[in-house]
Amino acid sequence: MSESRQNKRRRKLPPSKYLVLSVPYLWLLLFFLAPFFIVFKISFAEAQIAIPPFSELLSYADEQLQILLNVGNYFYLIDDDLYASAYLLSLKIAAISTFLCLLIGFPMAWAIVHSSPSSRNILLMLIILPSWTSFLIRVYAWIGILRNNGFLNNFLMSIGIIDKPLQILHTDTAVYIGIVYTYLPFMILPIYTALMRIDYSLIEAARDLGASTLTVLFKVLLPLAKGGIIAGSMLVFIPSVGEYVIPELLGGPDSILIGKVLWQEFFNNRDWPVASAVATIMLLLLVAPIMYFHRYQKREMGAS
Amino acid sequence: MSSIPVYKTRWKWLILGLGFSFLYLPILSLVVYSFNANRLVTVWSGFSTKWYGELFRDDLLMNGIVLSLTIAFLAATAAVVLGTLAAFAMTRLGKLRGETSFAFMITAPLVMPEVITGLSMLLLFISLGQVFDLFSQRGMLTIWIAHTTFCTAYVAVVVSSRLRELDLSVEEAAQDLGAHPFKVFFLVTLPSIMPAIVSGWLLAFTLSLDDVVIASFVSGPSATTLPMVVFSSVRLGVSPKINALATIIISVVALASFLAWWFMAKAEKRRILEARMAGGT
Repeated sequence: MSESRQNKRRRKLPPSKYLVLSVPYLWLLLFFLAPFFIVFKISFAEAQIAIPPFSELLSYADEQLQILLNVGNYFYLIDDDLYASAYLLSLKIAAISTFLCLLIGFPMAWAIVHSSPSSRNILLMLIILPSWTSFLIRVYAWIGILRNNGFLNNFLMSIGIIDKPLQILHTDTAVYIGIVYTYLPFMILPIYTALMRIDYSLIEAARDLGASTLTVLFKVLLPLAKGGIIAGSMLVFIPSVGEYVIPELLGGPDSILIGKVLWQEFFNNRDWPVASAVATIMLLLLVAPIMYFHRYQKREMGAS
Repeated sequence: MSSIPVYKTRWKWLILGLGFSFLYLPILSLVVYSFNANRLVTVWSGFSTKWYGELFRDDLLMNGIVLSLTIAFLAATAAVVLGTLAAFAMTRLGKLRGETSFAFMITAPLVMPEVITGLSMLLLFISLGQVFDLFSQRGMLTIWIAHTTFCTAYVAVVVSSRLRELDLSVEEAAQDLGAHPFKVFFLVTLPSIMPAIVSGWLLAFTLSLDDVVIASFVSGPSATTLPMVVFSSVRLGVSPKINALATIIISVVALASFLAWWFMAKAEKRRILEARMAGGT
């Protein structure tokens, strides 16, 4: 009886159901998804000195509808080596930073998981805490540490390891440090979640059967934590490909990453169509990792 | 699930020690040097609090703080409403049309590079501005919309993970007893996901307060947020005033987290005590 009553209640839901769904759906459709199509459209426009500074693709005059697609922006990106090398450098720096985050983040997540249950939450909070302070200010802190008369160089000189300051600030090394530092919590948290779900009797069993520590790590622990490692890596890799603030503040004149190129095309050159083309290609490069992350995250959120 | 072994090896302490030093030493250095009298920041020449005074006399920074706090408050509030609805739609309404695109719009903002989000939002506002007068000027409104959008995704993730853990039988019982779905939501579901909503709001608030890239794209000349002021200042190099500002932000965050932890620990203790007493009778 309760079954049929429940079904009756359920049947009453649909109108309100779509009301609940439609508000956030329409908001995200308009303000998140639609803008990408506009970026795509404007990447085929021509830069003009006007407000807004690009040409219209569609024009209607004398009973003629004209569609003017300017593919010149894309040819421009191909012709000038600057763009290709900026994309490659961004991908390389993002990939290496992700790997470094994994190298530091996995042991930390492991160490927190194997702490006593009461200290686990405190340690986890200490991991998250820095990201509640300002991101800009945490990047800024590294300027003070890495510069020539900064904390690190002063310290190394005072203990006599080096006698003249190392140039670290305004190099790619500083960019790596900045990215690893700011994105580390995003690597640790999903790995922590994954490690908490593991059935540790499996590890014990592997040990009992004589597996060495390395075998346990590579054959049991890492495969079982795969989901968390992938999610963490995507959370670090994807945003850092387009990172602008860190290379701008810590990088040097050679650290021409694609996020910086996009910014400069937009703000300094006021070439919005080229900036849009840069963004479009960056998105195309990131579609696969984003879909990969999406698949994992969807499972996590329990969407059917 | 208390079968996770607790290790007390030297390796574990070494990893934790090094890891947390890496996370906290830079922050500590900011705090220490904010009390340095020397303009060069990292060259120590005596204790001083003069940079705090200078900070409060900086009108540009102070206006930025007020604007940023206002936008963060409004964006977090709107994002909590939208994000909770989105989480509810995803976890409670079963199979829906357009679900795949919806789920994608929730996860993609989490990883989307900020320069892309910023540029695309601005181009949208420009297009809208040609049709609606409301968007012809960019400033607080456009920053608020942009922040609400990406914060909604974060809130949806936080709230949906809580909704998924929730015991459905209580909601079903309320419905079986004849409660209207809205009543069920407000009297049963909402109170039990409140902690997630609060932490979602706080997360959205700090994310909005922190954003410099998206705000730089979608803002107009009338609105300069705090991170935009800080960014233009630190681009020119270190400044003791920024260290003072950093110290204030760090103190506020540390204090707030300590209070949150303290209240949570107290509530947890009470819950355990109540459970024990209920079990005893």
